[in-house]
Amino acid sequence: MAPLIQFSGVSRSYGRGEAEVRALDGVDLSIARGEFVAIMGPSGSGKSTAMNIIGCLDRPSTGKYLFQGVEVQDLDQDRRALLRRHCLGFVFQGFNLLARQSALENVELPLIYKGLLKAQRVARARLALKKVGLEGRENHDPSQLSGGQQQRVAIARALASDPMVILADEPTGNLDSQRSHEIMQLLQALNRDGITIVMVTHEEDIAAYAQRLLVFTDGKLSHDAQTPAPISRSA
Amino acid sequence: MLWETISLAFTTIIRNKLRTFLTVLGVVIGVAAVIAMVTIGQGSSAQVSASVAALGTNVLTVRPGTRGFGPPTGGAAAPRFSLKDAEALADLPVVGFAAPVVSSGQTVVFGNANAATQVYGTSGDYTRVQNWALRTGRSFEPHEESAGSAVCVLGQTVASKLFGNSDPLGQSIRVKNVACQVLGVLSARGSGSFGQDQDDLVLMPAKAVQRRLEGNANVDSIAVALRKSVSAQDGIAAVQSVLRERRRIGLTQADNFSVSDSKELSTMLGGINSVLTGLLSSVAAVSLLVGGIGIMNIMLVSVTERTREIGIRLAVGASAGQVLLQFLVEAVVLSLLGGAVGIGLGLAIAYGGSVFMAIPFAPSGAVVALAFGFSALVGVVFGYFPARRAARLDPIEALRYQ
Repeated sequence: MAPLIQFSGVSRSYGRGEAEVRALDGVDLSIARGEFVAIMGPSGSGKSTAMNIIGCLDRPSTGKYLFQGVEVQDLDQDRRALLRRHCLGFVFQGFNLLARQSALENVELPLIYKGLLKAQRVARARLALKKVGLEGRENHDPSQLSGGQQQRVAIARALASDPMVILADEPTGNLDSQRSHEIMQLLQALNRDGITIVMVTHEEDIAAYAQRLLVFTDGKLSHDAQTPAPISRSA
Repeated sequence: MLWETISLAFTTIIRNKLRTFLTVLGVVIGVAAVIAMVTIGQGSSAQVSASVAALGTNVLTVRPGTRGFGPPTGGAAAPRFSLKDAEALADLPVVGFAAPVVSSGQTVVFGNANAATQVYGTSGDYTRVQNWALRTGRSFEPHEESAGSAVCVLGQTVASKLFGNSDPLGQSIRVKNVACQVLGVLSARGSGSFGQDQDDLVLMPAKAVQRRLEGNANVDSIAVALRKSVSAQDGIAAVQSVLRERRRIGLTQADNFSVSDSKELSTMLGGINSVLTGLLSSVAAVSLLVGGIGIMNIMLVSVTERTREIGIRLAVGASAGQVLLQFLVEAVVLSLLGGAVGIGLGLAIAYGGSVFMAIPFAPSGAVVALAFGFSALVGVVFGYFPARRAARLDPIEALRYQ
C-alpha cells in the first residue's frame, strides 16, 4: 500500500542569498495509514516546518510531498485548503478555539466550510464532543472550560470533519501532567479507531505514547525508530 | 455557506454594538443628508410645478418700461398704459382674457379692524385671467366697471382680518376714504413662488381706483391670458405688435414696455431649485465617502484583531475566497445597516423640513433604492481592501499571531 504521507528530498528554505536559512534539508520520510508518529527535536531543528508542510499550510521549496499519492507541492492555496478541509485535522498547543463561541460552535466550524447544513453540523459536532468526553458542555464558552477541556474541544473540532490524519503541534504543551496523559490517552484511542496521528512534542514521556519516533536535527531527520516502550503506560 | 457568512457577520456586528454604531455613523449621516436634500428638493419642485399648473393657461404680464438686470431703461419716462390698451389686447384673437391692473397700497378698515393691503383696480376678467374662483359672492358687472362703482372683492387674508368668521357679503368697508361694498370673497390660494401671501389683496373696478384712490388714469400693468392653443411665443409677438402700434414706436426704436411670461418665472425657479438640490446633495455625498472610509478603517482594525481567528479558519479548511467573502459581507452588512438607518433618519428630516417650509413631502422610492444600493456599493468598495488583506494572510503566521 502506498504510504499516506511521503517526503522525498524535501527542503524548505527562507530568505535569499547570504541570509538563506534551510529549515529542512533534503528530508525523506514516509508515514503509513494508521500510524501514531511523534516528532521531537530542539528548537530550529525543522520539526515545525515539517509539520506545516505535512499539514499543507506550507510547501517545500524543493523536493516532493505526496499525500495519498497527490503531489502537494504543486497545489495552489485553494486546493491545499480543500485537502485540509477534507483530510486533515489540527490540534494546537494554544488550543486556538474561537473565544465567545460555544464549544459546539467551535466544533461546527470546519463543517461550515464542508458545506453541511445546520442540523447535520450540530449532530456531528455533538457526536464529536461525546467522543472526547464533553457531553453536556456543548454550550460552554472556552473561557468557562479548563485547559484540558479546551484541548478536548480542539480535538473534537479536528475529529468532526472525519479526517484521515490529525496533526497535533505540542498538544500537551500548556497542560499539567495529569491532563497531558488524559489527552494522550484520548489521542491513542482515536489512533486505535484508525486515525493517523502525527504529533510534535518536547517531552519524552508524551512521545512514548506514539508507536514511532522521528527526531529532527538541523533540518535533517536524524532518528527514525519504533518506540521501545509499551503502547499504553500509566501516568 | 452564504447564509452562514451573513449570520456570522450579524453576530460579529451585534457583539460590538458601540463600535458598530460609531463605524456606521458616517454612512448614516451621509445617506440621511442625501435623502433629506433630495426629498426636500423634490418637494419644492413639486410646489413649483403645482403653482405652474394652478396658472392653467399661460399668463403674460405687460408692464411699461423695459425689464432686466441693471437700472430700467426709460422706465420712469415710459408712458403708462390706459384702459383702452387693455381693451385692445382683449380683442386680439390669440388672447382669451385681458385685465388692466392699477395697484395701490392702502389700509382698509371695517369697524375697528384694519389691514394694510394692496388694492388692485381691474376688471371682472382678472379672476378669469388668473384662473381664480370666488369662494362666495360675485365679481364686478360691466356696468360697475364703466361707472367706477365703489364695490370690491376681498382676498381671503383680508376677509379674515376684517371680518373673522362673520359674513362680509354686502358689508361696507372703508378703503382710504371711500366706503366700498363687498361683493365677494376669492378662494384661498396660499403662498406664491416666493412665499408671498397671494390672498392679501382687494379687487376693485379699475376706474374706481384711478379716480377715487390714485387720482389719475394710469394702468400699471395688464394681465393677459392667452388662449389654450396659443404658444407663449406667438402670444407675446401678437401683444408686442399691437402695443408698438398703439404706442407709436418706430420700426427702429426699441420697445418701451415689457412682456413677461408667468411660466418663464416658474421654470427659472425650478431650475434654480434643481441646481441647489444637486449642489447640496453632492456635498452630502462627500460625507458618504467619508463614511465609507470610516468603515474601511474599522474593517482593517478588525482584520488585525482577528488575525488568529482567520488563521484558525484557514487551518480548518476555509479557502482564501471564503475568508474574503466573510469580511466583505461584514462590511456590506455594516454599510447597509448604516444606509437603512440613514434612509429612515433622512426621511424624518425631510418630513420635518417639508412641514416647516410648507412644501409637499415627496419621498421617492427610486431615491431610497438608489441610496440603499449606493451604501451597499460603499461597503463593497471600502470593504474589499481589508477583506483582501484578510484573505491573503499566511495561515502559519496568522496562527502564531498573539
